[in-house]
Amino acid sequence: MIALPRRCAGVALLLISSALLAAPKEQPSVGDAKNGEVLYGRCVACHALAYDRTGPRHCGLIGRKAGTVKGFDYSDAMKRSKVVWSPKTLDEFLANPLKTVPGTAMGYAGVTDSKERRDLIAYLSEVNESDECKKRSP
Amino acid sequence: MSFFKIANDASAVAVRRNFLGQSSLILSGAAIALLAGKDALAAKGGQSTEQDIRILNTAISAELEAIAAYQVGAESGLLQQPVLALALTFQGHHKEHADILSKTIVKLGGKPTVAKAKYNFPTEKLKSQADVLQFAATLEKGAVSAYLNAVPLFGNPDLAKAAASILGDEAMHWAILRNALGEVPVPSAFMS
Repeated sequence: MIALPRRCAGVALLLISSALLAAPKEQPSVGDAKNGEVLYGRCVACHALAYDRTGPRHCGLIGRKAGTVKGFDYSDAMKRSKVVWSPKTLDEFLANPLKTVPGTAMGYAGVTDSKERRDLIAYLSEVNESDECKKRSP
Repeated sequence: MSFFKIANDASAVAVRRNFLGQSSLILSGAAIALLAGKDALAAKGGQSTEQDIRILNTAISAELEAIAAYQVGAESGLLQQPVLALALTFQGHHKEHADILSKTIVKLGGKPTVAKAKYNFPTEKLKSQADVLQFAATLEKGAVSAYLNAVPLFGNPDLAKAAASILGDEAMHWAILRNALGEVPVPSAFMS
């Protein structure tokens, strides 16, 4: 009578362990757009949302093929990159721009903190749908 | 604004002038090092130099835009003395940055970016001196971040040192503009 509960407990433990091992990987959490807006302050030496500066405008970024804002003078590397900007491609690029698109004119070491990248991308995604961007998208 | 109290004090003005003069001297030191180091600059060549030229050209582009932005501020009629003089001093620094960066690119065998015929600025949002100062502060903070993230990318350590020297100057601009706006001049121990 004593052995049965012990065996049951062992089985239960095994089941719990198996369930933990089989659990799907944690999905990346959605970024904090408000913090992303603060982080965007790092970008404003070269970028603006609605107009081109040293870097191209960010309105309309999500879903846009890299190197295609009309009238902006991109590096050849960016024009050839075949990147289409999405949360995933932005995450890769922002982590290390020069590694992702060698030859890009964006001489920026990168945003190494993955949470900061998520927040920044959440902001860029949110602002992409804003009235300011809808009015001025290319 | 606390800045005006400080700026109207004659001794403080003298200190500020001395401080600004000294910062120019420091920058000139970095500039001279770059100008004198032609052979060392050119020695590396190859992909590393190409990347250095691209980074420098991006920096020039931002510096030229900053010069134009300060010009817009100076001509807006919104800036009063001594803020106007300060803005023109900062514009002068950006001119020095652009000049030395351009000369360096030529030495490296590249072609420096030149100023655009026209720049876009949110002039419709600039309705007061504080608006102009806030706009300038935003650009200067962005510039600090841009240089901070350019420094580790240079193949040539002399260029990294020169970029760090410019970074320090931009950070001082940012702090003084924040002070003029009545904000904490240096809000944190680190920049990012």
